[in-house]
Amino acid sequence: MKSALKKLSLAALMLAVISTSQAASTITAKGSDTLVILAQKWAEAYMKKNSDVQIQVTGGGSGTGFAALQNKTTDLANASRKIKSKEIEACIKAFGKRPTEYKVALDGLSVYVAGDNPVKELTVDQIAQIFTGKIRNWKEVGGNDSPITVYSRENSSGTYEFFKESVLKGADFAASAQTMPGTAAVLQAVAKDKTGIGYGGAAYGEGAKHLLVKRDDSSPAIEPTEENVVKGEYPIWRYLYIYVNPALDKGEIAKYLTWIRSAEGQSLVKEIGYFPLPENLRAK
Amino acid sequence: MAEKNSSERRRSIGWMGINRGHHARPIEWILEKGIFLISFSAILMIFLIFLFIGKEAVPILFERVNSAAAQKVLSSEEVEKLSKAELAEYLGVSPTELKKMDDETVKLLLEVKAESAKEAPTDKDAAINTASWRYMLKPYQWTGYEKPEYIWQPVSAIHKYNIIPLLIGSLKTSLVALAFSVPLSLAAAIYVSQLAPPVVKEIVKPCIELLAGIPSVVLGFFALLVMATVFQNVFGYESRLNAFVAGIALGLAVIPVTFSISEDALTSVPSSYTQAALGLGSSKWQAAWKIVLPAAIPGVFAAVILGFGRAIGETMIVLMASGNASIMSLSIFDSTRTITATIAAELAETVFGGHHYRILFTLGLMLFTVTFLANLAGEMTIQRLKRHLEGKA
Repeated sequence: MKSALKKLSLAALMLAVISTSQAASTITAKGSDTLVILAQKWAEAYMKKNSDVQIQVTGGGSGTGFAALQNKTTDLANASRKIKSKEIEACIKAFGKRPTEYKVALDGLSVYVAGDNPVKELTVDQIAQIFTGKIRNWKEVGGNDSPITVYSRENSSGTYEFFKESVLKGADFAASAQTMPGTAAVLQAVAKDKTGIGYGGAAYGEGAKHLLVKRDDSSPAIEPTEENVVKGEYPIWRYLYIYVNPALDKGEIAKYLTWIRSAEGQSLVKEIGYFPLPENLRAK
Repeated sequence: MAEKNSSERRRSIGWMGINRGHHARPIEWILEKGIFLISFSAILMIFLIFLFIGKEAVPILFERVNSAAAQKVLSSEEVEKLSKAELAEYLGVSPTELKKMDDETVKLLLEVKAESAKEAPTDKDAAINTASWRYMLKPYQWTGYEKPEYIWQPVSAIHKYNIIPLLIGSLKTSLVALAFSVPLSLAAAIYVSQLAPPVVKEIVKPCIELLAGIPSVVLGFFALLVMATVFQNVFGYESRLNAFVAGIALGLAVIPVTFSISEDALTSVPSSYTQAALGLGSSKWQAAWKIVLPAAIPGVFAAVILGFGRAIGETMIVLMASGNASIMSLSIFDSTRTITATIAAELAETVFGGHHYRILFTLGLMLFTVTFLANLAGEMTIQRLKRHLEGKA
């Protein structure tokens, strides 16, 4: 009995040694929570194909990813927003180069309202006015006579920053906007609140209604579908990025990044609910 | 006589008590000192934490941070004229760091500097150092606002760091929590310590103290999903998540603290007080209300203070149930944003060492100071009460 146990543990030890020696290279990716599920999916699929590569993915937020990139504690920084000049500065101070930017997917942002809200479409300007607190009642945009409850994200979220920059044109959210810890929470709140309005990834959205969005008064109302987002017709969309220290962008890491941006890598994007890159941005 | 004895003992125990009968038991001596070291290191740790938070907050406290969005950019000819030290300051690095950089890195940094200046806003607020006390405490009419307002919008072209809405948010939820939990826990404490038969006491007391074992995230979750909906249906207010819901949930977390401390205080009132009152013909209720409670009132006060410390420092419940909107409003039925929730939600995404990061640390320092003072005041009151009741004061 004892010797059997010994053999077993010896075998386990050998197995461990073999498996670590096989995983010749480890790639770490850290950053945006928006990207974390997609990044994990990529990592799994890639590791299945290349058993000698280990990929570790962690979240924490885009800023956390950039901080880790500066400290060289991660190889790749996932980000749901563009890097800021302060962060570029920090990177240059840390490793003397600008980090290389790769666009890896598209994300359309939907504006959600409760299912029984009669409002079906809004212009970008109306959305901005609602979220900055200039429009406070649904009847001003053709709905019922009831005050609007605005649901937003925490200001640490890349989605928050993107929405603020591109929809609110940099203006502040209304102080009365309630902040939710994630897109799923926004969605749940809106689904429960007849007077609520919120925003988040186009892929989410069970339980709440996605509004059609008009660029301005005269343009048609566009639905946030893949086709409309990829063609650029739907007005609220963004890129998702991966940043890498150019000194590390070679060997396995470069191969992995190319694979992500290839047709194979991009085919996984839709399963998670984002949209694949248009042909001209993919890796050949 | 007693005094003489103790001073003699003090003289005879030797260095670190090594002579105190430990000749034969060196292991006990080592263990004792080991435990002393551990408890000492705990105190040291608290001190170090305080030091660390303080260090990160100092630049804000003394207004050495400039968060103005507009940046001065020098043209390349002007940069050429700068001395090494001036260049280092312009790039925001120390002279030794600058020495280590090659020319290309410096060139890149200058480029990025020029780019960021192009992105920077140019309106009248851009030159304001928003991380100074004037803009952190007093209202200001920002571009696009109709009147001077208290605005917390740290992620913005112009970083708006007014902390007043957060202070009010923290106070509002804590006060709701106390208003809910203190009467309940005090009544329970009086009942359990003075009136209840022993059997009931043995069931009720552990049950209430069991509340302390509920993880705050579970309380927050419960408040978010159940209490928020129920209260909205009952009271019919507008926003589902608000200071009231968060305060009540927070109150559930505070009850075990206030209960067990005030119960302790009430129990430590010598039974001779009660017996004397009963002997003079008062009822049990009268003895509890008119004799024991007044004698233990400093303890009750301490319970409230310590409960306040717990409430204002609690994070998870308010993060989940308060709605986290930084509204400047005194109504408890409005959504609110507390200091703790702000730190928890924002710190992970800030630029390390930046002004937002430092302001969050300043908030942390304030919180630490308040809870520290509250705990200190509470503990001191309890000690004094104990001495008083034991007749030593």
